[in-house]
Amino acid sequence: MSSPITTEHYLVLSAMLLLIGTVGVLLRRNVVVIMMSIELILNAVNLNLVAFSHHLQQVNGQIFAIFIIVVAVAEAAVGLGILIALFRNKETVLVDEIDLLKW
Amino acid sequence: MTDIAFFYAFAALTVLGAILTVTLRNAIHCAIALIASLAGIAGLYLLQKAEFLFVVQIMLYIGGVMVLFLFVIMLVNLDGAAKERQYHRHWLAAVACLIGTGAIFAAFLHRGAGSLKLESPLPVVPGAGNVETLSMVLFREYLVPFEVASLLLLVAVVGGVMMAKKRID
Amino acid sequence: MNFLDLIWLIPILPLCGAAIMLLFGRNLSKTVVSIICPGAVLGSFILSLGAVIQLAGLKERTHQVVLFEWLPQLHVDFGYLLDPLSSVMILVVTGIGFLIHVYATGYMAHEHGPRHGGYYRFFGYLNLFVFFMLTLVLANNYPLLFVGWEGVGLCSYLLIGFYFHKKSAGDAGKKAFIVNRIGDAGFILGMFFLFQVTGSLRFTEVTDALRSARFGPEVTHFGILSLTALLLFIGATGKSAQLPLYVWLPDAMEGPTPVSALIHAATMVTAGVYMCARSNALFALTPETSHIVAAVGACTAIFAASIGLVQNDIKRVLAYSTVSQLGYMFLAVGVGAYWVGVFHLYTHAFFKALLFLGAGSVIHAMSGEQDMRNMGGLRNKIPITFGTMFIASLAIAGIPGLSGFFSKDEILWQTWSAPELGSKVLWVVGFLTALMTAFYMWRLMFLTFFGEPRMDEKTKHHIHESPKAMTIPLMVLAGGSVVAGWIGMPKVFGENGFMQGLEHWLAPVFESGKEVAHAAAEHGAAAHHDTTMEWVLMGVSIGAALSGIFLARHIYLRMKAEDRPTGGFIYPVLLNKWYVDELYDFLFVNGLSKGGGTLMAKFDTNVIDGGVNGTAWLTRMVSRISMWYDTWIVDGLVNLTAFTVRALSFPVRFLQTGFLQSYALVFMAGVLGIFGYFWWGR
Repeated sequence: MSSPITTEHYLVLSAMLLLIGTVGVLLRRNVVVIMMSIELILNAVNLNLVAFSHHLQQVNGQIFAIFIIVVAVAEAAVGLGILIALFRNKETVLVDEIDLLKW
Repeated sequence: MTDIAFFYAFAALTVLGAILTVTLRNAIHCAIALIASLAGIAGLYLLQKAEFLFVVQIMLYIGGVMVLFLFVIMLVNLDGAAKERQYHRHWLAAVACLIGTGAIFAAFLHRGAGSLKLESPLPVVPGAGNVETLSMVLFREYLVPFEVASLLLLVAVVGGVMMAKKRID
Repeated sequence: MNFLDLIWLIPILPLCGAAIMLLFGRNLSKTVVSIICPGAVLGSFILSLGAVIQLAGLKERTHQVVLFEWLPQLHVDFGYLLDPLSSVMILVVTGIGFLIHVYATGYMAHEHGPRHGGYYRFFGYLNLFVFFMLTLVLANNYPLLFVGWEGVGLCSYLLIGFYFHKKSAGDAGKKAFIVNRIGDAGFILGMFFLFQVTGSLRFTEVTDALRSARFGPEVTHFGILSLTALLLFIGATGKSAQLPLYVWLPDAMEGPTPVSALIHAATMVTAGVYMCARSNALFALTPETSHIVAAVGACTAIFAASIGLVQNDIKRVLAYSTVSQLGYMFLAVGVGAYWVGVFHLYTHAFFKALLFLGAGSVIHAMSGEQDMRNMGGLRNKIPITFGTMFIASLAIAGIPGLSGFFSKDEILWQTWSAPELGSKVLWVVGFLTALMTAFYMWRLMFLTFFGEPRMDEKTKHHIHESPKAMTIPLMVLAGGSVVAGWIGMPKVFGENGFMQGLEHWLAPVFESGKEVAHAAAEHGAAAHHDTTMEWVLMGVSIGAALSGIFLARHIYLRMKAEDRPTGGFIYPVLLNKWYVDELYDFLFVNGLSKGGGTLMAKFDTNVIDGGVNGTAWLTRMVSRISMWYDTWIVDGLVNLTAFTVRALSFPVRFLQTGFLQSYALVFMAGVLGIFGYFWWGR
């Protein structure tokens, strides 16, 4: 019954996704892409949770994944709203040009 | 064997999509790559018998969130941004940070490699499907968080509208 | 159909008409307006007629319809009361109102302006007026009467200032409104006292309370009841244009002529008489106030008549005549003959409305000319107008057989036979007024219709008889002026149910009041019914009427203009209306504002300005100290805080880059640190 694909495989995959997402957040200048990268990070976490849920045969992990998706959706809605307002006011989507809070 | 093939296929789709998402110049291309990546993750959910999450991933992420992203990309003029430099000035520092993180992840995984082999996964309880089990738990133990989540979504909707609507001066 | 329970519909119909006109009138054609508005009043008239006929069939001739509870604290409902007194009033208001509406469709037909602007507005106001007037006379309590009272005042204001682009019209409207306010203050105070004294404001309850044994007549002293009655009478002097508040009525002639006829002759100005008659139980208990009422009425009558003798504007003559006739009504009320006051109100409504409408017809024919000196010889040009006005002038002069004779003669007889001291003097005043009335009315007639035409050629060429819409109401009113008095003939002509019909009809309202009055004066009523004397007085007043007419004929028809007696110094005095307007201007308008102003200016310069300057000096000193404190202590502290914060933040603030991703990097570094802690630390 034991599959050759173990939970570890999923964890490694999750870690890779997380890293790639972090790279996007830290390096890209385009706000839209940064938000997509955040989605990637959240998905990495979800994958992790589902993997453990499968591993432990407990459904709670999937419940958490659902809540994370809810939060991700809310974040996307508000974030993109902010983005539109920002673009209307500053005519740019590049984060290092948005520096009004600089000292 | 099919398990292995499917896993690696989906994993490759996921990772490749993710890499393209963070590297492509045009935001629309990024979004399409992200869709591919999310689809891969959905496939992985299916492999792990999380059918409900599979459906949620397809409908909500790919059908909802990504469409929202595409809308915004269309709404916001990104042509100028595509011609600009794509990466941040302090990218060296960031890369160093990332390498460290990656290394620590690798180390964690390596050290925990043994500990993660707990025992073989518990056998699947026959008769109860994933959706039934999930709903039983969700609407009994997690009812209050569920309602709070609905409130959160309402607030997000109102907030999104408030942010995006035109100011009437 | 039970009309009695439908009396609430009587005021509502004109209200609907007014609402339609004022809300949607802009889009209605003149024809539609001319059907809706007079139609609404006609509907009210039919309902009134039905209700009055059914009322006559009742044993107890009162009927109340309470629509809803209005002011529970004052025990006041929104209710309508139909009794003999209000039935007379609603018939006058709706009947004559309807005729005047019809007349106005002809008179106002030339009303131009943006989208026949004034036409629907005029009829909307007119219908609104009828609504308020009906509310006034049908109300079953004082506050509701007051609502109507103020409402008709408002409509009067709106209609006097109907030609609002004319400054004089706007001023006249304001004058009417403000002078009425003075009276209204008295009325409101009177209502307060009345509530305090009787504990109610419903007419029936007030009357019952006053006629009960609780209150004795205040014969020998001036008490709270006398004060209440006096305050109510002050309200009446405002609305009914009595001395000293009559000044607004002549100016009100700035309004269109149908308005003068309806509001300022036939209905609204009689509201004061109605109110006093309605309060007869109160006035019956207060002989002193009644004396005042009678005296004021008589003075107003002769005073206004004397002014009317010399006026040249045809409408002004009629306006002063109206004031004078209202004085007669108050004279009747003051001597306790309430039904006679109402009788004169009712006959006067016919012939004075007719005179105004006839004057309007003359003005119409004369292309707007109102000065009688420029008229003359119109008799053959506008025969219907002449004929009807002829009848009305005979009626007001007091020629036997016509309505004015019966009511005026009854007033004079009641005055003569009143038991109070000084009633004979009042009779003399009333008699002289009758003489003057005949004179000025026939002066008007002779100047307008007889003699040589004095107008210019263009106007002369244009003279034409008015359209049917105007002449038919004139003829109906002329008929009314003849027959209206026949239901109130003196008893010496014979006694039967018809000839004293009005007196019997009104008896339930006034009867007991009269008893109280007579008991109060400790006189038997029968002792004064001196038949011979009544015949003699009647003959004397007929003689006065005839001599007035012939004197006018002699002076204004036989004499040339140069030969006419000038009357010496009295003529300019009369022409300038006894200088009352100037006196009021001097005393109240300028007196208070300018004379008071000088005094105020002195006070202002020395006391107030001194105080202000002193305050200013003190403030300056205090503020100087405060400024020093502010600069050195407060600002110093604030600056110190800022400086401290700045010094302390010097190394830290470089972390605040403002770049989103710098923060993210720090965040990642923190994650690394936590990982490291778990890796090596444990």
